[in-house]
Amino acid sequence: MLLRLFFSSLELERKLRANDREYNLSFRYATNAIKTSKYNFFTFLPLNLFEQFQRIANAYFLFLLVLQVIPQISSLSWFTTVVPLVLVLSVTAAKDATDDIVRMNWDRSAHVSAFSPKGEVRCEPPNNRLDRFTGTLTCSSQKYPLDNEKILLRGCTLRNTEWCFGLVLFGGPETKLMQNCGKSTFKRTSVDRLMNILVLCIFGFLAFMCTILAIGNYLWELNEGSGFTVFLPRLDGNNAGFSAFLTFWSYVIILNTVVPISLYVSVEIIRLGNSFYIDWDRKMYYARNDTPAEARTTTLNEELGQIKYVFSDKTGTLTQNIMTFNKCSINGKSYGTSSDYEHLKKTVDFSFNELADPRFVFHDHSLVEAVKLENPEVQAFFKLLSLCHTVMAEEKKEGELFYLAQSPDEGALVTAARNFGFVFRSRTPDSISIVEMGKQSSYQLLAILDFNNVRKRMSVIVRSPEGKLSLYCKGADTIIYERLHHSCSKLMDVTTEHLNEFAGEGLRTLALAYKDLDEGYFTQWKQRHHEASTCLDNRESKLEQLYEEIEKDLMLLGATAIEDKLQDGVPQTIEQLSKADIKIWVLTGDKQETAENIGYSCNLLREEMNEVFIISGNSLDDVRQELRSGMFLHLKTCWCQHKECSHAYALDHTVELEFLKTACMCKAVICCRVTPLQKAQVVELVKKYKRAVTLAIGDGANDVSMIKAAHIGVGISGQEGMQAVLSSDYSFAQFRFLQRLLLVHGRWSYLRMCKFLRYFFYKNFTFTFVHFWYAFFCGFSAQTVYDEWFITLYNLVYTALPVLGMSLFDQDVNDVWSFQHPQLYVPGQLNLYFSKTAFFKCALHSCYSSLVLFFIPYAAMHSTVRDDGKDVADYQSFAVLTQTCLLFAVTIQLGFEMCYWTAVNTVFVLGSLAMYFAVTFTMYSNGLFLVLPSAFPFMGTARNSLNQPNVWLTVVLTSILCLLPVVTHRFLLMLLSPTINDKVMFKVRKAKATPPPPPRRTRIRRTSSRRSGYAFSHAQGYGDLVTSGRFLRRPVTSRSSGFTNAGRTTTGFSPMGRSAGYSPTGKAQNTKVPDVEVTSLQMYRTITNTTL
Amino acid sequence: MGKDDTRAGPLVRRPDNSAFKQQRLPAWSPMLTASTVLPFFYLTALICMLLGVLLLLTVQSTQEIKVDYTEAGTCNICLQKRKNVTNGALPCSCTVVFSVEKAFRGNVFFYYGLRNFHQNLRRYMDSRDDAQTVGRAGNLKNPSTYCEPFRKDKNGLPIAPCGAVANSIFNDSFSLVYHGSTGGFVPVPLLRNGVTWYTDKNIKFRNPQKENLTLAQVFEGTAPPPYWQKPAYALDPSDSTNNGFINDDLIVWMREAAFPNFKKLYGVLFRANKPFTKGLPVGNYSIHINYNFPVQHFQGRKEVVLTTLTWFGGQNHFLAIAYLVTSSVTLLIAVGLTVVWWKFGRNGKNMEK
Repeated sequence: MLLRLFFSSLELERKLRANDREYNLSFRYATNAIKTSKYNFFTFLPLNLFEQFQRIANAYFLFLLVLQVIPQISSLSWFTTVVPLVLVLSVTAAKDATDDIVRMNWDRSAHVSAFSPKGEVRCEPPNNRLDRFTGTLTCSSQKYPLDNEKILLRGCTLRNTEWCFGLVLFGGPETKLMQNCGKSTFKRTSVDRLMNILVLCIFGFLAFMCTILAIGNYLWELNEGSGFTVFLPRLDGNNAGFSAFLTFWSYVIILNTVVPISLYVSVEIIRLGNSFYIDWDRKMYYARNDTPAEARTTTLNEELGQIKYVFSDKTGTLTQNIMTFNKCSINGKSYGTSSDYEHLKKTVDFSFNELADPRFVFHDHSLVEAVKLENPEVQAFFKLLSLCHTVMAEEKKEGELFYLAQSPDEGALVTAARNFGFVFRSRTPDSISIVEMGKQSSYQLLAILDFNNVRKRMSVIVRSPEGKLSLYCKGADTIIYERLHHSCSKLMDVTTEHLNEFAGEGLRTLALAYKDLDEGYFTQWKQRHHEASTCLDNRESKLEQLYEEIEKDLMLLGATAIEDKLQDGVPQTIEQLSKADIKIWVLTGDKQETAENIGYSCNLLREEMNEVFIISGNSLDDVRQELRSGMFLHLKTCWCQHKECSHAYALDHTVELEFLKTACMCKAVICCRVTPLQKAQVVELVKKYKRAVTLAIGDGANDVSMIKAAHIGVGISGQEGMQAVLSSDYSFAQFRFLQRLLLVHGRWSYLRMCKFLRYFFYKNFTFTFVHFWYAFFCGFSAQTVYDEWFITLYNLVYTALPVLGMSLFDQDVNDVWSFQHPQLYVPGQLNLYFSKTAFFKCALHSCYSSLVLFFIPYAAMHSTVRDDGKDVADYQSFAVLTQTCLLFAVTIQLGFEMCYWTAVNTVFVLGSLAMYFAVTFTMYSNGLFLVLPSAFPFMGTARNSLNQPNVWLTVVLTSILCLLPVVTHRFLLMLLSPTINDKVMFKVRKAKATPPPPPRRTRIRRTSSRRSGYAFSHAQGYGDLVTSGRFLRRPVTSRSSGFTNAGRTTTGFSPMGRSAGYSPTGKAQNTKVPDVEVTSLQMYRTITNTTL
Repeated sequence: MGKDDTRAGPLVRRPDNSAFKQQRLPAWSPMLTASTVLPFFYLTALICMLLGVLLLLTVQSTQEIKVDYTEAGTCNICLQKRKNVTNGALPCSCTVVFSVEKAFRGNVFFYYGLRNFHQNLRRYMDSRDDAQTVGRAGNLKNPSTYCEPFRKDKNGLPIAPCGAVANSIFNDSFSLVYHGSTGGFVPVPLLRNGVTWYTDKNIKFRNPQKENLTLAQVFEGTAPPPYWQKPAYALDPSDSTNNGFINDDLIVWMREAAFPNFKKLYGVLFRANKPFTKGLPVGNYSIHINYNFPVQHFQGRKEVVLTTLTWFGGQNHFLAIAYLVTSSVTLLIAVGLTVVWWKFGRNGKNMEK
């Protein structure tokens, strides 16, 4: 027992035996169930109540309740607190219960059943390192080492294989993934935080008021109260001091409405309502995969209206992660149509080719005609594409080809060749089989001159079935051009034109060239190549030289253009967001060229941003130097990006501030090669120093940390994997919905919440301050001004629905106009609608209103009588009058706040007033009084006072006086310095006659002379893997290639197929020295490209 | 018009296209514009002006006389007498003379007024038992603890009516005499009933009922409040239906005033006989006061108020003046806003920016 305890608390090594349940259970490792729900049926009530009373507000009301039970202090009956408290607690409890039920449904436990031979695994205890694993497998007394390549992480999906043997090492919360998820922190909005500060201030203010009143009571008791003891003896000989002490607490009870208990509940209800609008929004519903938007957190809505920084993932978020072969230029002729007119043209029919990929779409018939006409250049072009690559083919059934490409670009090119009749079928280490226009032929593969970041090209040397030796090369146009034979200079000019055109459309281009080789030269070259590759020192540079030597005097064939398909509406969305003064940072694991390319095509980077500031230093000092120099640049029109390793340095404590300063000066920021952790660090950095509201949007597991770190996390749903969505606060299917989420829902939510808070504080302060003024007339005796029932119901019944109606329906301008004027979003970022100043103004306004609401009725009723001479200046009539005045004043104020009167609002406002009279007359009815005389002492008051004209004249006067300064102030402001809201609303009014402007559908056109990135999205090719033949010999490779990770849940690092080539060590990718720490890239080298 | 989306198939999760869910409810969006605000201001000013003038005229048509008798006339003696606690129970009466310069037309209402008497203190106000005064037998013998310290007397008998409010009832009584033009003294007849709210007299205050028992018998076993000279069932010897909890003066007193200065209705001029058929004629009057209520402890004042009424109530100029002031302020603001609008906002150039 002792031993086990030791193990469970400090596990040093994990032992597991396959198919030995009892043995495994004896260690009590975590099961695979992950529990996030908090309650069960029985513990709900006590636990929930306990939790609720931990909230300061609820605890405060419990304290008030205790105060009210003390008879000497009790200035209000117990029900004035109990009724709201019970209501609030039950509403909150109901919400918690539903939340918990939702969570319970999320808690799923996976079940894995396995059958395998006996064996024992010893391995490291659970940890959060995704890139490292050590263990040993003992099977049939044979020991096998286990490393990172041999484990599957939680969330993997088995592909291309029907079964596998496995052993569960870590389950549930102990999985590496769960350990890596980080704690979900409870997110609060900035309004929440402000509210908490304000509530504390209000407590202070409450204490201040009570102290003043207690002092007042002390003085009054000394001067006047002593004379009054004849009529009202003091209890137990209390002196003035003790009386003042009691009065203090009595006034705490009476004035408690400055911190209204219903505030928190109302806020929750409003957020919930506004969350539902997001769920319900049809314009955020994506029909293609039937995904509506989802507000997964219902407590952050108003924060959506204050976003200043958006951190976006690239792949799968901005782009669809689909590469399409879009255009090409062959021998000076451009093929392919602009994607704008795609829908106008019929797609090309590839039925002539049995092996064609049915998903491939092309729109230019002339190209297929050229292939059929056996145009030699066109055929050579596609032959090159089918030969020069490192793709591997899998043909499970005859004719069903499946390509495993290292980068989606390559896959796209090979697929294009396949459809145009040059089908890459299979490869061995030294041969490539293709089907050329229906004819099977096999090319001898003599060498692969692999791609890397410096060469920016790759070549193959093949011997055709006819015995001709050729070198085929594809690569970045600038690189290829340098190596072309001078005879093709004419073709170069034409092709350059085409390349520029492609680049202008944001396409990724590659130039293709070939060269026939002389047999003798090649044999000699081959010999030298062999020597170089077996040479121990300087191998890299020697090989480099050799490659350089053979790749020259190439003949240009043409160029390809691949579109990294952006999601719909991404450029427009980014443009809209930047108009709303939202800064967009793209954080991607991709390499610089890819990221830059996407930056241009999605309009994040524009032609006029010509000062590119790149941080690429390789040491801390370099980075610092770069950042410092960056500070002095005129950075208005530049954008900045960072490379892999420099990023790690840039996030170092010593330079992070400089990094941030520089980055914030830039118009656009793109961070390349960032790890998930660094993504989160960037977000944290901005959160920490800029004090701005951040939003992170992403779709994969590598975005989880960033999504959790940001104030708001948004997950793109409907793609592969749910990890990002599960940890997000909002989820929807398309990046473009972000503008609707922010500019419409966020803005409205923020507007509504702020209006709500301003109004709520106003109405409660006004309500409460009247008591304060009355204290000066009732000997500071903690007498209330209103009837106790009115106090109980004011917040809950009489004023609850109208303000809720406002905060659920209000909109200054509709969604179309909100899009038309993204600047409307700016006040939210600046916290203009609700801040300490706004709160202070609210309090002042309340002060004025309460003065009016107390002193006008006081003066009007003072020693006045009814028209039949009977009493109307009595306490009860005065209470009825004041509360009626108050209710009218706050209701009118509400109506004035509201910009958007729907029928519901009207019903709520008028209904609440009607409710007031109905309830009042009921409470003051004979029947209730006769049943409970002491609970309903106001019997008859409403009937006797509300039929008096002077009472109503007082109500009218107070309403006018309360409204007058507000209207004046607002109208003057609008005349002299109208806010952006005023201006837009004014425009809307002017445009009312004509229908609102149609949403712009203009496609953003760039006339760019910029050469776009070349279409190699990976860092280092795996040509040597292909030629080594390892993938054929080693069973482990086929195993790992049989898996693809679902939704990248496995590592959080981008595996290939998305954007390969990340190395957490920051080392160059081609240093494949065995002792280098295994990186995730290498781990996923051979994984299927699922998108093709 | 059916729904075009069938609730099955690929669009199962598509949200409803209702105006509510899509936040497109038809709505009225008011906005502050010169064309609404300025007319509103002018109109408000006009209406307030008219109301103010109307109210002023109405209030001017009423007449009111206040006589502070705390130490006026012979009452000074009584005041001194009451200062001494030992003389507290001794009767003392005094007379105050005043003159009416202008005849009171119509119904004349007679009030007694108190200054600086805090009927609105919380503990004072709570010190009553509505269940007892509504005639509940149980509460008659066992009053609510709210009545402390006037719940039971020294002998442990329950006090009826209990509590500080009832105990401190105003117990001066008045008779008004007109010094006739011929030199004779004519007592001014005052109607002493009908001074309470109907609801108070008939519902809120009821005497406890027991079959075949007189009121005195019902009240047996209870004690009057300590400051009362008479028990509750014998408050009005002249009218047996005005005793117990339904005594008019008690009910009037029990309707606590909101402010320390207040007046309460004592009686209404009975206009059946000459010379009072038209109201109070011009001339001298004297008030005979049974001076009981001590005010010197709390620096209070006592007064008698005679007034005529209109539909608007008594003579309170405040609302009339307030309306006139509001009207002028509104008018001033309206003019100011018009000027500003004319100068800055007329062509909406601030808006266009």
